[in-house]
Amino acid sequence: MSANVGIVIVSHSADVARGTASMVEQMVGREVPLGWCGGDPGGGLGTNVEAILNAIEAAWSERGVAILVDLGGAETNSEMAIEMLPAGRRERVVVCNAPIVEGAVMAATEAASGASLDAVRRTAEELTPR
Amino acid sequence: MRVDQTIRTRLLMSVSQRVIANAEELTALDRAIGDGDHGINMRRGFEAVLTDVETLSAKSLGDALKGVGTTLVMKVGGASGPLYGTLFMALGKSLADEISCELLADAFGQAIEAVKARGKSDTGHKTMLDVLAPVHAAIGTGGDELAARLRRTAHAAAQSTIPMRAVRGRASFLGERSIGHMDPGARSCALIIEAIADVMEGTA
Repeated sequence: MSANVGIVIVSHSADVARGTASMVEQMVGREVPLGWCGGDPGGGLGTNVEAILNAIEAAWSERGVAILVDLGGAETNSEMAIEMLPAGRRERVVVCNAPIVEGAVMAATEAASGASLDAVRRTAEELTPR
Repeated sequence: MRVDQTIRTRLLMSVSQRVIANAEELTALDRAIGDGDHGINMRRGFEAVLTDVETLSAKSLGDALKGVGTTLVMKVGGASGPLYGTLFMALGKSLADEISCELLADAFGQAIEAVKARGKSDTGHKTMLDVLAPVHAAIGTGGDELAARLRRTAHAAAQSTIPMRAVRGRASFLGERSIGHMDPGARSCALIIEAIADVMEGTA
């Protein structure tokens, strides 16, 4: 069990999700639990709740998990997935309002320092203009 | 009135078959102002409902609706999965087998609030809510020939999204260019209401 916050990448495209995950690993190696998914249940572009739940499981950390998403459906499906988590877990997963690639790399770098879930989220969201 | 297993089966079959039969139209509408997958996604979800129709209809109305919601959440993908999933799950939470216009209107009102929260949206944003809200009002009014009025209301409400400018979802990226197209989610919602009206009138 990692002492660091986990990062999940949810894109409409498996290629984008995989590529973003590679960029995260290049930065932090295996120090941060990482999960990613992309594509709909039929294998096309899209997002789906089951894959997101699996990605959260893969990146699970007792310190929490920060999710980075691309377009609207990724956000809605991630929020749905969080609600479907058992109590005790769902309070420790957040969706960051940040660009997916930059957000994932920044969030993971922050997470690798042992930062809290709140701090990880704030770091990713600093990229979003208010 | 009581929604027994026969009616539950008819409802599930009618709604699923209607959505599946019109999947191409939904995809065409979504291609104009979205990512062009609404019909494909909805068909995948309702094909899964059809596969489970025996198991689902054997449950109470509330549990059957919750089951449909869960199936749609897991199978549809896109934003419409959680949105329709939330709609059906919320209806299932408040409905028992014995229904009336009043009970249905209450359940519908709560379900609409749940969909608004899920989509961070409201009426007038060119979404399924623009069909659900007038349908909710029609149920509340009740009276004779409710099925025919529900069908008319839903159809007209979907049409009314054509001149709207999208505020939520992929269509909002188009800004002004979203005007002049029917919202695919509003259309799929109208199809579902029409399929329910058919069952109410005994034609499905």
